[in-house]
Amino acid sequence: MITLGYVDLAIAASLVLLLALLSVRLQAHVSRQLLIAALRTAIQLTLIGLVLKALFANVHLAWVSLLALFMLLVAGREVMARQERRFKGWWGYAVGTFSMFLSSFAVTVFALIVILGETPWYTPQYAIPLLGMLLGNTMNGIAIAMDRLTHAAWEQRATIEARLMLGQRWDMAVSEMRQQAIRSGMIPIINAMAAAGVVSLPGMMTGQILAGAPPVEAVKYQILIMFLIAVGTGLGTLAAVTIGSRRLFDERQRLCLERLHEK
Amino acid sequence: MSVSKPPPLLQIKNLRRLMLGPVSLAANAGECLGISGPSGTGKSLLLRAIADLDPHDGEVLLEGVRCRDLTPVQWRTLVGLLPPESCWWLPRVADHFLNGLPVPLEALGLAPAILQEPVVRLSSGEKQRLALLRLLANRPRVLLLDEPTANLDPANTKRMEAVISEYRQTQSVAVIWVSHDQAQIARVASQHFTMVDGQLQEQTMERDV
Repeated sequence: MITLGYVDLAIAASLVLLLALLSVRLQAHVSRQLLIAALRTAIQLTLIGLVLKALFANVHLAWVSLLALFMLLVAGREVMARQERRFKGWWGYAVGTFSMFLSSFAVTVFALIVILGETPWYTPQYAIPLLGMLLGNTMNGIAIAMDRLTHAAWEQRATIEARLMLGQRWDMAVSEMRQQAIRSGMIPIINAMAAAGVVSLPGMMTGQILAGAPPVEAVKYQILIMFLIAVGTGLGTLAAVTIGSRRLFDERQRLCLERLHEK
Repeated sequence: MSVSKPPPLLQIKNLRRLMLGPVSLAANAGECLGISGPSGTGKSLLLRAIADLDPHDGEVLLEGVRCRDLTPVQWRTLVGLLPPESCWWLPRVADHFLNGLPVPLEALGLAPAILQEPVVRLSSGEKQRLALLRLLANRPRVLLLDEPTANLDPANTKRMEAVISEYRQTQSVAVIWVSHDQAQIARVASQHFTMVDGQLQEQTMERDV
């Protein structure tokens, strides 16, 4: 494996700096965001590197759980922030966070115990990267699906109420919107699976190969990860859309758009 | 032996919702109550509350049974609301009439071929007449009509009035008809109310004067 030095990283950083200068010259108004994002990447990844180093040295379920909880809470906030018309109050945070907990955690624990079988099952070298990959992708799926659902409910409120007026159940009145939202949430991972190895080489596999792992082993891990991400995203999206769509109605099945933030 | 009087088909007791109410009202089987009044005084709000589309205080009863004692699906099937603008969610007209037609299309001036039309090709008047048929296909016991003929020409307005009147009499349903047209209320209703600042005031029917 070729070990990277700080000079190597500085060269890569200078390329980002050049891009920022180019965007200033073109008045693209993204240079500030680009530099902040690059700085965040460097700081956040350095910190997680140090945390993982400490965690690998002290393998304990409590520490792994604490880091996993922190990752979940941050992902939950991200899901909430990406929705234009999120639910008001703690529901805005809870729907996404709970759905990610249900899906990502369940799939990660299943993979650690049943597929990887490492002892102890929560060995951070496997548990944290796996959970991170799952949370990151499930977060995207849930955010897209919830945004689509709440947006559609707002835009098509007259149609939903017309269906309720004709005696349809709440779930029937939003059935097409729910299907569309679930589809939208799952399209990114379906596309990623369809293009994997042909159009793009997935990041994790590329990283393993660069780090010196045999390509066939890297491919096996990548296939495993993509299947787990697909299941995690599917379950998470399904849970979020189910909980979210029910929350759009009260106990008398009345459409309650006042539960959503206005733009 | 005393015979207890059956309750009115629709009974509203102290209904309140935002600026609306308290409203109390009763409609017997076969009766049509007309409500008029300026825009924004609470007429649509009243119909939505009766249809249980908005939360409200007070009681709404159908043949003595409280709204909350029936499921929302049961209630909204029996108490049908026709809004001023209709919405359609399936591509073809026929897709919305899977249980057949309650009234021949010709009675509303529509050709049978309209069932095969895509909904996007319909005029607002055609949609409104079809929306009435769609509602009647549920066999509701109470009809809540919110400006049902606002988009119609005089001939189709008359047809719509005739179909509703026929349905009201043959099926013994109660009708609450909201309209800005005083002449229409005089034609179709047996009692006339005016909504003023969320309160109903009974009016003398023009034909009685």
